[in-house]
Amino acid sequence: MTIIKVADLDFCYGKFQALIRVNLEVEANKITALIGPSGCGKSTFLRCLNRMNDLIEGTKAKGRIEIEGKNILSSKVDLVDLRKKVGMVFQRPNPFPLSIFENIAFGLRIHRLAKGVELEQIVRQSLEAVLLWDELKDKLKRSALSLTLEQQQRLCLSRLIAVKPEILLMDEPCSALDPVATLKIEELMQILKKDYTILIVTHNMQQAARVSDATGFFLLGEMVEFDRTGKIFTAPQDKRTEDYITGRYG
Amino acid sequence: MTRMKNRFLEKIIEAAIFLSGIVAVLIVVLIFIFLFKESFSFFVKENMLAVLLGRNWYPISDPPQFGFLPLMMGSLFVTMGAIVIAVPFGLAAALYISEVAPAWLKDILKTGIELLAAIPSIVLGFIGIVVLAPLIKNFFHLGSGLTALAGSIMLAFMAMPTIVSIIEDAITSVPRSYKQGALALGATHWQTIRRVIIPAAFPGIIAAVMLGIGRVIGETMAVLMITGNAAIMPTTLLQPVRTLTATIAAEMGEVIRGSSHYYSLFGIGLILFIITFVINLIADLVLHRRRING
Repeated sequence: MTIIKVADLDFCYGKFQALIRVNLEVEANKITALIGPSGCGKSTFLRCLNRMNDLIEGTKAKGRIEIEGKNILSSKVDLVDLRKKVGMVFQRPNPFPLSIFENIAFGLRIHRLAKGVELEQIVRQSLEAVLLWDELKDKLKRSALSLTLEQQQRLCLSRLIAVKPEILLMDEPCSALDPVATLKIEELMQILKKDYTILIVTHNMQQAARVSDATGFFLLGEMVEFDRTGKIFTAPQDKRTEDYITGRYG
Repeated sequence: MTRMKNRFLEKIIEAAIFLSGIVAVLIVVLIFIFLFKESFSFFVKENMLAVLLGRNWYPISDPPQFGFLPLMMGSLFVTMGAIVIAVPFGLAAALYISEVAPAWLKDILKTGIELLAAIPSIVLGFIGIVVLAPLIKNFFHLGSGLTALAGSIMLAFMAMPTIVSIIEDAITSVPRSYKQGALALGATHWQTIRRVIIPAAFPGIIAAVMLGIGRVIGETMAVLMITGNAAIMPTTLLQPVRTLTATIAAEMGEVIRGSSHYYSLFGIGLILFIITFVINLIADLVLHRRRING
């Protein structure tokens, strides 16, 4: 089932066109990887999906991005609802300087989703979902900043899960982590995809090959090729894709 | 030959820099010793506890009474009043400047607030007498508008630049990733400010309050002009009060050198010095801890 449908998306930072006629269909409950060299627009694309680019002045998006049939580029879209539905994990783990508990409770409180016992339950479930509960159940009052980077990134995921999103956007979620921690996050992604649709931007081609079901290759603002991951890495149709994945580009 | 000359020059420059550095510290120490020496015999003679807890300040009666308490209460009332007024406004102003205002307005506002710091305190005192005191008098139906409240309001203006610029600094140095994280979770701008930015900037806000207090408690000219200068124990902000600073300023000119009264003024100076020192120390510690954690 298609959950995200992007049609002829153009995106500009002032006069610089960062995305050129991007077309893409993302299937629900799959992991979709976006690869490409630095500055090719893959992060910009990701940030279009929850309209985080709105924070930057002078940006402009044209085209359509439909999430569950609704065009989210429309000015009538409620950004609060959109971002609740489409969560985002950043390159560097960014837990709030609050306790572990309060980090996860944050989304529930601002959206008034739960309180009291129910809130505690959801915090627990969210930590369990990212396999942190056993490690942290006695330390919920500690500052989230005291955790290791890997734990922090898991916490950021669990903070999203608490508000029950449908789509998780991950902008190079492992680039601040060591290889062991990276593998653990990747294992977690495999578990999470049962319940969520995941889009991951990564510099790391092995990572894309390991975790994703579909892969899109971006170059200079264009989506050069989009296909099943197996196909992209074994039989790419475009010469540029082949050059990139075999290391001849950049 | 030139090498020796260079090395000699080097030594002189080093010594000069060292001297300028050490002089500031030395002066502080000397001032403290001076105040301590001048007031020591007074505190011994008049019984320190009786002075600090004495409720009557009649330095030229016979026998004189040197109770500091009404003066300390005067300073406390005026300072607390000023802080209660200045902190909410200062926080709001800092939030507006750092989070809401467009870039061009930001610069204008910041310059404007810094200009506020450049207004001589006597001018604020003057405005206080001519404009503020009559307003307070009419509004509260008082005999005179020269009250602790008038002092608090004028001093709030004086504390604002310090408070705004330090809070603004603290807010600006909150990592952008916190804000992004909150917004990406669907938080509104205001929720982000209240639940993430203010808690993250909290040490800076405390430091701003402390430095604001330090600024206000040492202020003399404006309070001398507009607080009414009655050395009585205040119970509300609508009474005239006399602060520690105003007492020294008002009485130093007429006091008989070498009398107990003369030395008592040094005692007041010492108390003020200690208060501001402790407040600045707390502010410094809070700010320093933030830097280590950040």
